[in-house]
Amino acid sequence: MSEEQVTVAQIPDISLQFEGRVVKDTRAGYSGFIVGAEHLLDVVQTLRDELGFDYLSSVTGVDYLPEGKMEVVYHLYRSIGGPALVFKVQVPRDEAVVPSLYHIFKSADWQEREAWDLMGIRFVGHPDLRRILTWEGFAGHPLRKDWKEPYFEEETKPYKSRWPEGITGYIEDNNPYHDNLQYPAGFDPETWIPQAEEALYASAQKIGRDKELHTDTVVVNLGPQHPSTHGVFRMVAALDGEQVVFLKPVVGYLHRNHEKIGERNTYLQNMPFTDRLDYVSSMSNNFGYALAVEKLMGIKPPERADYIRVMMAELTRWMNHVFSFGFLWNDLGSYFTPMIYALEERELILDIFEAVSGSRMMCNYFRFGGVARDLPEGVLNKVKELVFERMPRQLDAIDKMLSTNEIVRNRCIGCGVLTAEQAINNGASGPNLRASGVPYDIRRADPYSIYDRLDFDVVVHYHGDVYDRYLTRLDEARQSNRILQQVVRDIPEGPIMTGKPAYQVRVPAGEAYGRVEAPKGELGFYIVSTGKPNPWRYHVRAPSFINLTSLEDMCRGGKIADVVLNLGAIDIVLGEVDR
Amino acid sequence: MSDETIQSSNYEIPPEMQGTVSITSLDKVYAWSRKNSMWPMMFGLACCAIEMIVLAASRFDIARFGMEVMRPSPRQSDFLIVSGTVTKKMVPQIVRLYNQMPEPKYVVSMGACASGGGPFKEGYSVVSGIDKYIPVDVYIPGCPPTPQALLNGLIALTKKVDKERIKTSEWYAKGSEAAVPVPVLGPDLMDPRKYALIYEQTHRPIEPEIPAETEQKEG
Repeated sequence: MSEEQVTVAQIPDISLQFEGRVVKDTRAGYSGFIVGAEHLLDVVQTLRDELGFDYLSSVTGVDYLPEGKMEVVYHLYRSIGGPALVFKVQVPRDEAVVPSLYHIFKSADWQEREAWDLMGIRFVGHPDLRRILTWEGFAGHPLRKDWKEPYFEEETKPYKSRWPEGITGYIEDNNPYHDNLQYPAGFDPETWIPQAEEALYASAQKIGRDKELHTDTVVVNLGPQHPSTHGVFRMVAALDGEQVVFLKPVVGYLHRNHEKIGERNTYLQNMPFTDRLDYVSSMSNNFGYALAVEKLMGIKPPERADYIRVMMAELTRWMNHVFSFGFLWNDLGSYFTPMIYALEERELILDIFEAVSGSRMMCNYFRFGGVARDLPEGVLNKVKELVFERMPRQLDAIDKMLSTNEIVRNRCIGCGVLTAEQAINNGASGPNLRASGVPYDIRRADPYSIYDRLDFDVVVHYHGDVYDRYLTRLDEARQSNRILQQVVRDIPEGPIMTGKPAYQVRVPAGEAYGRVEAPKGELGFYIVSTGKPNPWRYHVRAPSFINLTSLEDMCRGGKIADVVLNLGAIDIVLGEVDR
Repeated sequence: MSDETIQSSNYEIPPEMQGTVSITSLDKVYAWSRKNSMWPMMFGLACCAIEMIVLAASRFDIARFGMEVMRPSPRQSDFLIVSGTVTKKMVPQIVRLYNQMPEPKYVVSMGACASGGGPFKEGYSVVSGIDKYIPVDVYIPGCPPTPQALLNGLIALTKKVDKERIKTSEWYAKGSEAAVPVPVLGPDLMDPRKYALIYEQTHRPIEPEIPAETEQKEG
């Protein structure tokens, strides 16, 4: 490690600096600081302006029902690298009010809305505190521990009826509607007036009206069923002529309760669910979750398993980036023919995933302390063939076809510009951040697994437009290739698992945040354990979700036709946005 | 057009016209032409949509079955592949899209989620299968189904189309254009067909002997 890394790796003891306002978190298994809610804004402002913690990565609500407390956990970083400064705000459960960090860190925008939606924590000072993943009018805040869903059976799995008794039945039979439904007592459907849509469109119509010329803006709705929104994503834009003056993304159309289900599952049962977060790169999701739980358990995988993990993660990154070029072509109007090039390469990598894990997309391959099974015979040779011959060649072909293509350059250069300040403040991560000139890559900034031993460069480009985002991905795919070449060369023999494989792992009480550089950006898992077989809190810091905060900044002032391009260049996957 | 599949053997064709003329029933021509040109709607929901895209690419290639024309507009499509988890927030849109499709229309439920909720079934905002709202013709198991499985399902759909006859087809009958009522998002998803049941349940006095699972919970 170089000298600079040692200095940024030191987290200052802010309980000394802010005496009386900040105390150390002394609970067993916990780290970081507890800030009084009334001092939060001051402390955060100082942390950002004086101590250089300028990157708010994650905002998580935790419901400590037995203590009657609601906690908000913040993970703050320096954009020059280093570990997290973790601090928490505790408020009473029945009066959960916390000052909003929106005006200091815009990355808090969507995360605070999420915490309000799911946990019922009210953030004072947030300009647009609406529900985000559920819909306006939804009854209750589902991630509160005392909120029960319609199919509620028991607090935790495995359910007693299934194991050891083994009685099965239809969960529908326990519900009066024979469906996944519940309504508050005294509710009358005939008198219900839905209000969310009107409010959304009204806020769009207010913008950009010219009183003198009597002009009006045109409000356009894109999605959730739209060929170029990459899934069930929706945007409401107000247009002045062709120019976008206002844009509000609407998400939640694929909200499938990942966290609520995750808090009921045992630790290992969550592994296959993480596959379905960013379903284009499931191996990376496994990686992040495994790291977080391993941190809590205090174990490390053996050498060979680490190499296999990195191999899978980098194959995923390569595949994801090539896939995103296919989509870029699509969004530029060249429909599907170029996509076939990308999918052809993807299939070759999926074959490897299928060979090692048994499934093409939903690999469920990582285990706590290793991987599920060793590489089957012949796979390593296949990977070698790919990484030394085919993959570099195909990247060169893509480079030749796209990088100097006139249409690509005309459409992409100068489109959707995000400055470095904006990118950091919005909490952008991954290629989106690095294309704006911030050389922040978790594999280097806060190394995990064996990345500190591998030789690769952090790719950075400086214009922050769509073209640079494309170039960043292209160069990053080349770096992945470089990593893969080292990994297949050096991979040692040996065991692939620490300890015996177990269905129920023992996880000591405490909290942990594991993060990896997923292809889309920083993927973090925040886990609170009470020592039981199930996590008390399981939160996913999804890169696509937070990267979308920047969408409005990218699109405002541009043409409506470029909105699709900007969205495509952020590279989102809805499974991860909505969770 | 191969002679064997379409030719009705009951009619004798003069030797000089054999190979040039085929005599067959209208039903056969109708089914044959329909099943070889099924256009799916370009409509992706979740993970399964990726496998659906893969099916359209070179390795699996649904163009072999005349299905390569994917239209984002429901007005131009023959069948809807519900490819992924159906959430309560999304189901009004899916029902609306289904209503906008012209008859004859088909629905393929792709994967565990669309068929019955899948791994996310217990979630509070997941619909336990799209068939609670719109009729489904083919169910494809898997999470996600492999492209081969999807292809098998689509071939099953063409077999179904092949068996349909003009006289008995529903979409020429009266009253077939009735739309499925679009669900409304309230405190929970509300199916307009079930308003009476909802009212009855929410205004029922709570009986003490009901087990805890079936009780009404307030949010």
